Amino acid sequence: MTKQVRQIDRVIIRFAGDSGDGMQLTGDRFTQETASFGNDLSTLPNFPAEIRAPAGTLPGVSSFQLHFADHDIMTPGDAPDVLVAMNPAALKANVEDLPRGALVIVNTDEFTKRNLAKVGYASNPLEDGSLAGHKVSAIPLTSMTVKALEDFAVSKKDAERAKNMFALGLLSWMYNRPTEGTLGFLKTKFAHRPEIMAANLAAFQAGWNFGETTEDFAVSYEVKPAALPPGTYRNITGNLAIAYGLIAGSELSGLPLFLGSYPITPASDILHELSKHKRFGVRTFQAEDEISGVGAALGAAFGGALGVTTTSGPGMVLKAETIGLAVMTELPLVVIDVQRGGPSTGLPTKTEQADLLMALYGRNGESPVPVLAPRSPGDCFDIAIEAVRIATTYRTPVIVLSDGYLANGSEPWRIPEVDSLPEIRVDFASGPNSEDGTFQPYLRDPETLARPWAVPGTPGLEHRVGGIEKSDRTGDISYAPANHDLMVRTRQAKIDGIARDIAPLEVDDPDGDADVLVLGWGGTYGSIGAAVRRVRRAGGRVAQAHLRHLNPFPANLGEVLRGYDRVLVPEINLGQLALLLRGRFLVDVIGYTKVRGLPFKAEELAGVIQEVIDRVE
Amino acid sequence: MSNNPPVSPTAPNGRPLRGLKLVPRSDTAYKMKDFKSDQEVRWCPGCGDYAILAAFQGFLPELGVPRENIVIVSGIGCSSRFPYYLSTYGMHSIHGRAPAIATGLAASRPDLSVWVITGDGDGLSIGGNHLIHALRRNVNINVLLFNNRIYGLTKGQYSPTSETGKITKSSPMGSPDSPFNPLSLALGAEAGFVARTIDSDRKHLTGVLRAAADHEGASFVEIYQNCPIFNDDAFEPLKDPAERDNRLLRLEHGEPLRIGPDRGVVLGDYGELVVADIAEVGEERLVRHDAHRADPGYAFALSRLDQPAFAHVPIGVFRDVERPSYDRLMADQISEAQTTQGRGDLASLLAGGDTWTVG
Ligand code: SF4
Repeated sequence: MTKQVRQIDRVIIRFAGDSGDGMQLTGDRFTQETASFGNDLSTLPNFPAEIRAPAGTLPGVSSFQLHFADHDIMTPGDAPDVLVAMNPAALKANVEDLPRGALVIVNTDEFTKRNLAKVGYASNPLEDGSLAGHKVSAIPLTSMTVKALEDFAVSKKDAERAKNMFALGLLSWMYNRPTEGTLGFLKTKFAHRPEIMAANLAAFQAGWNFGETTEDFAVSYEVKPAALPPGTYRNITGNLAIAYGLIAGSELSGLPLFLGSYPITPASDILHELSKHKRFGVRTFQAEDEISGVGAALGAAFGGALGVTTTSGPGMVLKAETIGLAVMTELPLVVIDVQRGGPSTGLPTKTEQADLLMALYGRNGESPVPVLAPRSPGDCFDIAIEAVRIATTYRTPVIVLSDGYLANGSEPWRIPEVDSLPEIRVDFASGPNSEDGTFQPYLRDPETLARPWAVPGTPGLEHRVGGIEKSDRTGDISYAPANHDLMVRTRQAKIDGIARDIAPLEVDDPDGDADVLVLGWGGTYGSIGAAVRRVRRAGGRVAQAHLRHLNPFPANLGEVLRGYDRVLVPEINLGQLALLLRGRFLVDVIGYTKVRGLPFKAEELAGVIQEVIDRVE
Repeated sequence: MSNNPPVSPTAPNGRPLRGLKLVPRSDTAYKMKDFKSDQEVRWCPGCGDYAILAAFQGFLPELGVPRENIVIVSGIGCSSRFPYYLSTYGMHSIHGRAPAIATGLAASRPDLSVWVITGDGDGLSIGGNHLIHALRRNVNINVLLFNNRIYGLTKGQYSPTSETGKITKSSPMGSPDSPFNPLSLALGAEAGFVARTIDSDRKHLTGVLRAAADHEGASFVEIYQNCPIFNDDAFEPLKDPAERDNRLLRLEHGEPLRIGPDRGVVLGDYGELVVADIAEVGEERLVRHDAHRADPGYAFALSRLDQPAFAHVPIGVFRDVERPSYDRLMADQISEAQTTQGRGDLASLLAGGDTWTVG
């Protein structure tokens, strides 16, 4: 039967199931298929902190949302057009997010009395009319998979486990996805277990065939490739982009990369990734704790390596003292904080932006540290290189604030030419630097205020550094009041001076007539951008700017802020950037905050922006 | 990083020092004064740290390592001021973290001779975790733990090696803590090299330093150090000429374990070591010291001989076994990856995975 193919410009799909159902893998494969087809896309994995919460329960639900389009998009989407629910828990946990008319594909095999009761369904939602507002496709995914694998040499359990591939096959048919990537993936993944490989391939094919033949689905859809700027693309998550950016920073600076890290969600993937790249001379040290991770990185930096540590909020707290030591010893160090919900253990697998003030001020004494924040998964690559550049040029620790959303979310990334990457020039001290022919470890470069980086092994430059206050120029221990005042101010001036060396803040104000500016930082770029587009489409005038440098701020920030009647600052915290802006620029910014562990929804933000516009006009 | 050829320094007998295989050799004939910095030494008069510093400065020339390839890393405490008084590279870091910092340095720079200076508070209390992990990993560093059994720099609180019941400023009715035996702890972490020496015995101290440098991987040396201000004479029984020979057990590899002329150490019924009169048990039953036993059980039993306090105190090298150092294993993995797959190429890394082209 030939089916109709309908053109659509974009779609949002959410795969949801039990933690053991392989939803992350399913979503990831669908994403790869979509990427290689050339759509623009954005993803939002969402999974519990527990590795395997009890099966079939609400806390055990894991989901993966993918938004793809034939034009450029900025977010994983507010509400799914399609929900694949592998069990009642997945339906219950996600049904409220569905707009009217959404397609719900459910695995009826799991809708047993017991499973329904487990999540508090008094009656079966597939039968009681509660899904009347949606299109429901009730499919016995598990039993169909098992049936399709009857002739395969796999256990019933393994056959059942392949149901996610059946679902993937079905969705791949429905959206005309290229399948070679997934077939190749399964062949490699199960190369050592041929019978499982065959079963998964067959389940995928069965799902595809089912779509083609069943009368449930009269149409399939096509989302044309997006007209992205020319270039070669790959799909990339924020964590992968950070790892690549760090390797690039190492190659560009000629410094061997040393990562000291302790496993922590959601940062561990950077450690995993970097540990694979020993060919680049990368040393990864899995430390006994967070403190040791950063300590070893600082020790390596003292020895002339590119010292890096990666962590998330709870780990940042533990690293504070060592970051202070790096401030005092003025050694390059890159600290990656993949923020998650806090305080304390908080929400390990959910996103948040609440470590900003900690990054800026969470150390004893006056302890200025440059702080950067990537704005999208792909931007993590550029920010990592920028962190390396600033750390090595200014001999300072640099904190990068990524977040759980950027870390696990993905988007198409235009692969840069290596020649186009910034140059990072590092000169180690090689001889005496003062007029009297001695080496003075705290005699500064007049322009950057950086002190010389003299690494062990360099004859004649033997010197001692440490956490006790240093005398200007000589670096000897000093408790002198005037010297301390000078050094505190000098360290601050060095960091403040970086503002001269970073790009000015760009404002997107197409007609130049907006009264309202929306200013964000870090991972909210996509949601704010999508919201701004909505407002503009509806005729609203609004400007958007996004900070990637949080300390120091771009030099023109004050001027930008004063150029608008009102400045709206959406943040996934309780207003940390807003506090800084008010304190620094005496500008009465309007904060908008949400801390649900999830990115902002574009629709919601658009409403907030429109309200501010209405108030001004 | 240094351009010097990686020629190994040698032990006095001409054999390369094992811990310095990858460290360049110096052409300069250094003197002790070459290792003194221009900083004024600021310990209290009579502090045991002076003697240790002098012994260390006197020992460094014989290492044969260029001064610039030696790095001293310390934490916080009286002893941790050490790096300032040496003319090498150094870092006076933060409380307890020196082993972690030194791990990063040694693991990324096998051409350096890295020494960690710590104390009983720094190394066993706030930094205990880093210490045991550096030891188990066998990072190529030498850890010198100055044990004065008290907190000096914070003015006299009990430390993790202070005896139970010790009356200090923070324990007016006596400390309820049980002390660590630093060597038992290091052996529990299966450190490859474990030794003990005393601040006042320069010759013995120098010998132990030499042996520590001669070990590839983590070397742990406990140095009994007197703090005349807050815990004076803590080790007096081991220093008093009339007493010491009845208490000190000088360990020599291959030699019987003897304490003074009349007593020695024999094996007990449960694997423990017991002190006995030689006349009673006979010379032949004395245990012969074997520092190279792979199993740390024997060395651990030796470390328990000081119970009750200072009853019998072995000094010297308890354990000296060879296994590959952490930094070597790390370097080997890198060279293996580069040999089998070639040096990494950034452009192909970035362009890896599933790609597609637009335009
Ligand atoms: S307090 Fe004790 S250990 Fe510290 S310098 Fe004075 S004598 Fe030495």
